[in-house]
Amino acid sequence: MTHRADLIMKLIHAIIRPERLEAVQRELRAVLDEQDNYRITVSPVRGHGAQRGEMEYVRGQAVQPPMVERTQVMIAVNDQYAEPAVQAIMKGARTGTVGDGKIFVQPLEDCIKIRTGDRGSAAI
Amino acid sequence: MSLGVSLVGVGVRALMCAAPALAQPGEAGAAAAPGPQIDAGSTAWMLTSSALVLLMVPGLALFYAGMVRRKNVLTTMMHSFVAMGVVGVQWILFGYCLAFGKSQGGLIGWDPALLALNGLDHTKMFADKGVPELVFVMFQGKFAIITPALIAGAVAERIKFSSYLWFILIWTTFVYCPLAHWVWADGGWLFKLGVLDFAGGTVVHISAGFSALVLALLIGKRKDLEGNSVILPHNLTLTLLGAGLLWFGWFGFNAGSAVAADKPVAGAVAGLAFTTTQSAAAAAALVWMLLEWRHHGKPTSLGLASGIVAGLVAITPAAGHVHPMHALIFGALASIVCYWAVQLKGKFGYDDSLDAFGVHGVGGLLGALLTGVFCFTPERGLIYGNVGQLGKQALGSFAAVAFALLGTLLIAWVIRAANGLRVSDAHERDGLDITIHGERGYHMES
Repeated sequence: MTHRADLIMKLIHAIIRPERLEAVQRELRAVLDEQDNYRITVSPVRGHGAQRGEMEYVRGQAVQPPMVERTQVMIAVNDQYAEPAVQAIMKGARTGTVGDGKIFVQPLEDCIKIRTGDRGSAAI
Repeated sequence: MSLGVSLVGVGVRALMCAAPALAQPGEAGAAAAPGPQIDAGSTAWMLTSSALVLLMVPGLALFYAGMVRRKNVLTTMMHSFVAMGVVGVQWILFGYCLAFGKSQGGLIGWDPALLALNGLDHTKMFADKGVPELVFVMFQGKFAIITPALIAGAVAERIKFSSYLWFILIWTTFVYCPLAHWVWADGGWLFKLGVLDFAGGTVVHISAGFSALVLALLIGKRKDLEGNSVILPHNLTLTLLGAGLLWFGWFGFNAGSAVAADKPVAGAVAGLAFTTTQSAAAAAALVWMLLEWRHHGKPTSLGLASGIVAGLVAITPAAGHVHPMHALIFGALASIVCYWAVQLKGKFGYDDSLDAFGVHGVGGLLGALLTGVFCFTPERGLIYGNVGQLGKQALGSFAAVAFALLGTLLIAWVIRAANGLRVSDAHERDGLDITIHGERGYHMES
């Protein structure tokens, strides 16, 4: 099935600090919510960037975990909402210190609403 | 209410410095008359204590489980729980007979009538204590169950389950039972020498702790420790809950060890043991936390929990023998010494995974020796000018250390030759829960 070229969609993955999730949701709601409760998927993730985990202490021994705990936010949007969503995530997630995370944006080929079978932009 | 006298014959000696107290008017006569008269209060407290000590087993399971990785949470808890099965049966069949049967030269007990408790009438009283012997069998049985389970902490995350079962069965039979006889049975040679061990500093903690060291050395390090891998506790909330249950159950362990007799002084001894237990655990919790705070700048929850256990271990041999004020010193020293001891494994390169030696071996040894310094009843210790008691404590500790080291070495060698001690590298890597037990502790997504 093909879609109109002007209705391409974007998939946004953002890795953020868990404690910034509520702020990110607040910002996203401001730009995406059109009285229909915007769609979002949130999952806990582990990994590392340039940094490693925060130092922990186990019976007097300092131990540095290789991974840090982060939260991954996934949203799929129609193209014109992509940049506002990215700006909203940055606004909500940024603390200005190392470890604020990253946002990945990629084109989204299709989207299917399982209950109705709707596809493409209308399903988002 | 007249309650408990300290363990087995210790209570008999406690009588020599008996202070009149607490006896209800109606029971004064009964106290004087020896014989198989049941004492309701004492029996009730012993039944309660027996159940309290059993609660320490799930307590230990949680305490240990929180410190391992999630792939080994079930096998680690099984180490504690399965001891209830293995040693629970062993104790009825012949364990009690070996520990508390008729003394054979002070080295081991034996009485065919006690095999499977077959000839033990349920109305028979234990010695002169006013408590049915079956209650005493049960109380002592819980100690036998938890002691080998303590050892499991040293070999967590890599010991073969079948070998562990063989080990706790054989170890309880050939190390624990004789040692319990030496120290607690009134014909035992250390008991007759006057070594004080109120609730198991030598029998439980020194024996388990030093055996744990031998096993850790024999079995080798966890593979995941090689290289720069990091092993972190998977759920310290379990560990804290476990420490709390251990503290709670320890009141049965220690205050119950003032085994009930129809003697007023015994009730006071149970109260003393209860108070010193609380004092030592509290002081140790505080000191470990402050020590780590100063050392690393963070007051950790695992440090607090470790302090609790170290303090409880150290006061165990002394619970009914020292003043509460001195129990505070037991607790403080236990945390200082054990905090240092758990760092040793890093220096010497052995992998006592959950510090069974660092806390139980070292803490137990410290407590056994300090008992000779601070005890005031029924014997007087070093601070009262009696050097001899410290000598006796050192001898008792040395005997327990040597016997545990040699016994465990022999048993572990045999089991290693017959069945191997370690799981395969692949099983260790994938976790023992799924490879040995066919289960996972957490299916949070389901």
